[in-house]
Amino acid sequence: MKCRKCGATAVINMRQHRLSLCQDHFLEWVPQQVQRAIEHFRMFAPDEKVLVAVSGGKDSLSLWDILLRLGYAADGLYIHLGIPDGGYSDVSQQKVERFAAERGAKFLVVNVAAEYGMSTPEVSRRKPGRSTCGTCGLVKRHIMNQVAYEGGYAVLATGHNLDDEAAVLFQNVLHWATGYLARQAPVLPSTHPKLVRKVKPLIRLYEREMAAYALLRGIDYIYEECPYSRGATTLFYKELLNQLEERSPGAKQMFYLSFLQAREEGRLLPAEAGEVELGECQRCGQPTSVPDLCAFCRLWEGAVIGQGPQEAEEQ
Amino acid sequence: MKIIYRDKVWELKGNITVRDAIKKVGLQPEAVLAMRDGKLITDDVIAKPDDTIRLIAVVSGG
Repeated sequence: MKCRKCGATAVINMRQHRLSLCQDHFLEWVPQQVQRAIEHFRMFAPDEKVLVAVSGGKDSLSLWDILLRLGYAADGLYIHLGIPDGGYSDVSQQKVERFAAERGAKFLVVNVAAEYGMSTPEVSRRKPGRSTCGTCGLVKRHIMNQVAYEGGYAVLATGHNLDDEAAVLFQNVLHWATGYLARQAPVLPSTHPKLVRKVKPLIRLYEREMAAYALLRGIDYIYEECPYSRGATTLFYKELLNQLEERSPGAKQMFYLSFLQAREEGRLLPAEAGEVELGECQRCGQPTSVPDLCAFCRLWEGAVIGQGPQEAEEQ
Repeated sequence: MKIIYRDKVWELKGNITVRDAIKKVGLQPEAVLAMRDGKLITDDVIAKPDDTIRLIAVVSGG
């Protein structure tokens, strides 16, 4: 297969775009798609300071690389969750450190265990009925917003790609979770002075394209999946969507992008459906939709004073 | 040809496209990238009997 732009040997064929490209043209094309998403969804302006949440995986490191290549002032944030399996969090942090050192990019690290006295899997074990992934998501959202707000960043960017978003959309539709559907957007605006705008600049790109980008740019990312995500439902949804994609190229893209369009045009839900009144947590001061303590502070309080399974064993 | 994916190895016979090889070993073409001699290749490439194709899972990280 030949590159559509120059006729050289193609390295990737994107059936949904009927487009095959050589290495050089593909590495040009990806940032163009990201820039298009940033402009189309009005994610951020060229002079705004961006904080990129990086996990050490291909998507977030590639996003950081692309934003730097596009000339944005983008710093990284790595949250060390304390995932032990083979030093998963340690290895991920090393990948982030190496990436930043190679580019002279600035990044911040928050170590959950050092900061809060317990790693994310530990706090999750002490809260029966809460999944590890659910706890992890809550911890990450809290820390990401806090660091972005305190660091004076205009916007927080995450590396969700189109496959990630399509899988979540599929899940939300299966449950007809209208509240989640109303809030599932490429841009979550700041609805409180302490809530930083959140954006997903990779939403036009397939997972496969992001993996190819990372490989071709020589980005050393953590290849293994998070040990807790094995067998996760979203991975199964991704497989199902890929089956659809196989039968009908562009199905994933159409599913997700036409949802966004319908949502934007108000054809799905009333505009106010996703709006939630926010107050401030009495302990940490971060925005919360519930009175008194935010979900994050309640999580730690319960873990410390609660009688979790591990605590019972230790006694 | 030899197909390598994570810790699995398959031997396939005949000249077939990489895309067909991916399906033959039970993987999804959309979920992997194919590399030969350390270079990314498109899946319409017909693999020769002595080729070694390494498949890279596109889902990774956390």
